[in-house]
Amino acid sequence: MADPYDVLIIGGGPGGYVAAIRAAQLGLRTAVVEREHLGGICLNWGCIPTKALLRSAEIFHYIDHAKDYGLKAGGKAEADVGAVVKRSRAISAQLNAGVGFLLKKNKIDVIWGEATITKVGEVTVAATKKNIVQPQNPIPKGVLAEGVYRAKNIIIATGARPRALPGLEPDGKLIWTYFEAMKPDAFPKSLIVMGSGAIGIEFASFYRTLGAEVTVVEVLPQILPVEDAEIATLARKRFEKQGMKLLTSTKVTKLEKSGDGVTATIEDAKGAVQTLKAERVISAVGVVGNVENLGLEALGVAVDRGTIKIDDYGRTNVAGIYAIGDVAGPPMLAHKAEHEGVICVESIAGKHPHAMDKLMIPGCTYCNPQIASVGLTEAKAKEAGFALKVGRFPFIGNGKAIALGEPDGLVKTIFDAKTGKLLGAHLVGAEVTELIQGFVVAMNCETTEEELINTVFPHPTLSETMHESVLDAYGRVIHT
Amino acid sequence: MPVNILMPALSPTMEKGNLSRWLKKEGDKIKSGDVIAEIETDKATMEVEAVDEGVLARIVVPDGTADVPVNDVIGVIAADGEDVSAAAAPAAAKPAPEGPASTPAPSAPQAATPAQAPAALNGQAGPRLFASPLARRIAKESGLDLSGVAGSGPHGRIVERDVKAALAQPRPQIAKAPAAPAAPSPVAPSPAPAPASDETIRKFYAPGSYDEAPHDSMRKTIARRLVEASQTIPHFYLSVDCNLDALLALRETVNAQAARDKDGKPSYKISVNDFVIKALALALIRVPEANVTWTEAAMLKHKHADVGVAVSIPGGLITPVIRSADTKSLSAISNEMKDYAARAKARKLKPEEYQGGSSSVSNLGMFGIKNFNAIINPPQSSILAVGAGEKRIIVKDGEPAVATLMSVTLSTDHRAVDGALGAELIDAFKSLIEHPMSMLV
Repeated sequence: MADPYDVLIIGGGPGGYVAAIRAAQLGLRTAVVEREHLGGICLNWGCIPTKALLRSAEIFHYIDHAKDYGLKAGGKAEADVGAVVKRSRAISAQLNAGVGFLLKKNKIDVIWGEATITKVGEVTVAATKKNIVQPQNPIPKGVLAEGVYRAKNIIIATGARPRALPGLEPDGKLIWTYFEAMKPDAFPKSLIVMGSGAIGIEFASFYRTLGAEVTVVEVLPQILPVEDAEIATLARKRFEKQGMKLLTSTKVTKLEKSGDGVTATIEDAKGAVQTLKAERVISAVGVVGNVENLGLEALGVAVDRGTIKIDDYGRTNVAGIYAIGDVAGPPMLAHKAEHEGVICVESIAGKHPHAMDKLMIPGCTYCNPQIASVGLTEAKAKEAGFALKVGRFPFIGNGKAIALGEPDGLVKTIFDAKTGKLLGAHLVGAEVTELIQGFVVAMNCETTEEELINTVFPHPTLSETMHESVLDAYGRVIHT
Repeated sequence: MPVNILMPALSPTMEKGNLSRWLKKEGDKIKSGDVIAEIETDKATMEVEAVDEGVLARIVVPDGTADVPVNDVIGVIAADGEDVSAAAAPAAAKPAPEGPASTPAPSAPQAATPAQAPAALNGQAGPRLFASPLARRIAKESGLDLSGVAGSGPHGRIVERDVKAALAQPRPQIAKAPAAPAAPSPVAPSPAPAPASDETIRKFYAPGSYDEAPHDSMRKTIARRLVEASQTIPHFYLSVDCNLDALLALRETVNAQAARDKDGKPSYKISVNDFVIKALALALIRVPEANVTWTEAAMLKHKHADVGVAVSIPGGLITPVIRSADTKSLSAISNEMKDYAARAKARKLKPEEYQGGSSSVSNLGMFGIKNFNAIINPPQSSILAVGAGEKRIIVKDGEPAVATLMSVTLSTDHRAVDGALGAELIDAFKSLIEHPMSMLV
C-alpha cells in the first residue's frame, strides 16, 4: 500500500480545493476526494453561475433604460433564456476546468467518488449513489480510482445542500431549488420565492428584472434577516419600486401543484390566510450540512444541528479529523470555507495561524441594489452593550453615483464610541459588494476612526461614500 | 543628507519618554548645540540639543506625545533646500520566512500558540513598538504601558486581544519594572490580587461629583515604584529620639560665622536637615554593613555614602542624591541641596542626579509631624523618616528637664539590613546628631 497522504480532503469545493493548494504549498502530500464537480456548489451551482445570470439581468436592465443615458438601443430588450443559461454554464465550466488545472499544477491527487471515513486515518472511496446534477462538467483526466486510501489528517469539506421544509419539498419541476432556478427552460411569468436570504433575494431580483411577477415570502419580520434593519428596509423599498412583492412575517403553509403552476397557501402573523398562484416556486429556505454517509457516527465525531462541531482551527473532537466550510457551520459562505481551509491546513502543518473571527467575515448579496456588510448590525451592537457612533452617507451625495445613474444607496458605519473600533459596516447600492472589502481590511488592521478619516479616498469614486460615512459618525460629514 | 533626530536616552535604563514640546518650528535654522526640544522622563524634563546644523525640516513626533521609544525618529534636520520626504520613514519589519513544514503527526494536533514565535520580534529587538491603532487607543485609555505587552498579531504586532488579555491580568505585572530588561510577558509570575478597575472605582462616586485629572508620568512612576517597593521589600522599622540641643547651638554658631557678600547675604545657611544628611552619611560609613544594596545574587557594599533627600514638588516628589555626602562639608551639602531643590521644582533634574544611593532622608518636620514611617526608595536599603524638633520634658540626671528632641524612624530592607544592624546604624546616627562637633572633623 502506498504511503499515507499527509492530508486528504473530502470535497473539492472552495473550502476543499483551496485547503488542498495551501497544503501542497506547505509541502504536504495531499489528495482531494470529489464525487461530482471540482469547485463545488459555489463554482458549479452557486456563487459563480448566479453572478453570470445576474450580469445578464443587469445588462438587460441597462438596455431597457438606455434612454436614461441618452442612448437608443433598438427597441425593447429581450432575454433569450437558452443563451443566458448557456453563458452561465459556460462560465461555470471554464472555472471548473481551472480548478482541475490548479490541483494538477500543485501535484494534488484527485480521487473520484464518494468518501467514507472507515477509521481514523483511512478513507474508502466508492462510486457515488447521488443523482448527479446535470449538465455535469467533465470529470478531469487522471483522477484516481475508487479504493481505500490512508491519510494522517482527514479534512471534511462536504459542503451543504438546500434545506427542504416538510410538506413543501421541491420537486425540481414546479417547485425549484437553486439548481433548477439556475437553468430554466423558459422564464416563468410568475414566481413565488420562499425565503428572503441571499439566495432567495438574488433569484427574486434576477427574475423580476427579466419581467416575472415575483412574490417573496419571508417568515421573519425583515427581508434579508441577517442584514442591518435600516439597510434591509431601504433595499425593500427599492425592490417594491421595481414591482416585487415582499410579504414578511408570513409563511407558506401549503403548496398545491396543478398542471403548470402552483397554488401556495400563506399565513401572516395575525393568522390571516390567503392563496397565491404562480407558475413556479423557488424554495430558498436555507441549506443544511452534508454530514451523512461519512462514517461520522461510528467515529464519534460530534455533530450539532446538522453541522460538524469544530474548534478555532477546524479540529473536530476526534484527533486527525477536521472539518471546514458549510459542513462545519455558519456562515455558509465560500470565502469563509476557503479561509477555514487555510487555517486548518496551516495548523496541521504546525504553523500558528490566526483563529477565524466570524465577525470579520463579509457577506454580499448581488441583487439590484447590491447589499454588503461586515461585523455587527446596529441592533446587535446595541445588544452587546456598546455605546455607538453611527455614520450614514447616502449615494445621492456622491458625484460618481450620480454620474453612474445610481443615486440610491447608503453606507452605514458603526463605531464603538469609547475606543473608535469599527464594529460594523452595512452598505446598499451599486457595486457595494466591491466596496465592502475596504472596511474589512480596516477591521482586520484594527484601525480606529482616526486612520479611516486620515485615509485619502480617490475622487470620483463610490468609495468616497465610505469615507463620508465615517466622517458622519464623528460629526464631520462634508457632502450632506 | 538629511539627519534624523532620534529620541535620546537620558539614562541607561530609559526606554521611552514624553516629548513635551519643541522649542524650534519646522523651517527654523538650527546650529549645533541649540536646544531644540524638551523631553519629559519619569521625573524630569530634559533639553535636547542639536548635534547637527541645518534646518528643522520636519517634526515627526509632535508636542505632547507620550511614551516615545528611545531612538525613534522625532524630527529631521536637513541642509537648506534638501528633500526630506524619505528621511523619516520608519524601518519596516522583515516578513518571517515561510519554510517547508515537516510532516505533521496525525494523532496529536498541537495547540496553536500564536503568541510564541512573533513575540521575540517585538519591543526588545528594536525600539519601535508595533501595535494596531485600536490596541494603542485602548491601551492609552486604560493607562496600560504597551512596552510590557507581548504581541500576537502579524510579526508580533500588538493587537486588541493582547491589550485586553493584558488588562485582564493583575496590573502590577503589566507595568514593566523600570530596570528589568527581561522578556515582556503578560503572564503574571505570581498571583496577586487585581486592583479594582478604574471603571469599578468610578462607580463608587456620582458622575459629575468629581473632576478627573489624568496622571502625568511622575505620578505614574511614583505609583509604580512605591507599589513595587512596598510589595517586594520587607520593611522593618526602628524609632529613636535624638536630642538636638547641641546641634541647634552649633548650627547657630556656624551660621553666624558664614562669610557675607557685599549685599550682606551669607555664603551658606546650614539647616537642621543638612546636619541630618551629613549624620546619616557618616553613620553609613561607620556601619558599613548597613551601607548596602540588595540584589538577588549579591550584596552591593557601597564605598561611599550617597544619600537621597526627598524633595516635595508640585504634583509629586523626587529624591535627588547627594553623592559621597560623607566626604562633603555641611556648607557644600547645604548649597547642593538648595540647587537640587530649585531644579527639582522646575523638573530639570537629570536622571543620574536622582538615581542610585544607599539611603535617603525624608523630613516632614517642617509640617510639625512628630514621627512617621517612610517607604524605601529602591534600590536603596533604608530610609530615615525625620520628625519635627520640639521641646519636650525629659528626665536628665533623675530630674525633669526641657530639651529639643527629634524623633526619627529608620525603615530598612530586612533582606539587606537586619534589626540589630539597623539599630547600630540608627545609634550611630543618634550619636552624631547629639555630638555634632564630630561631624565637623
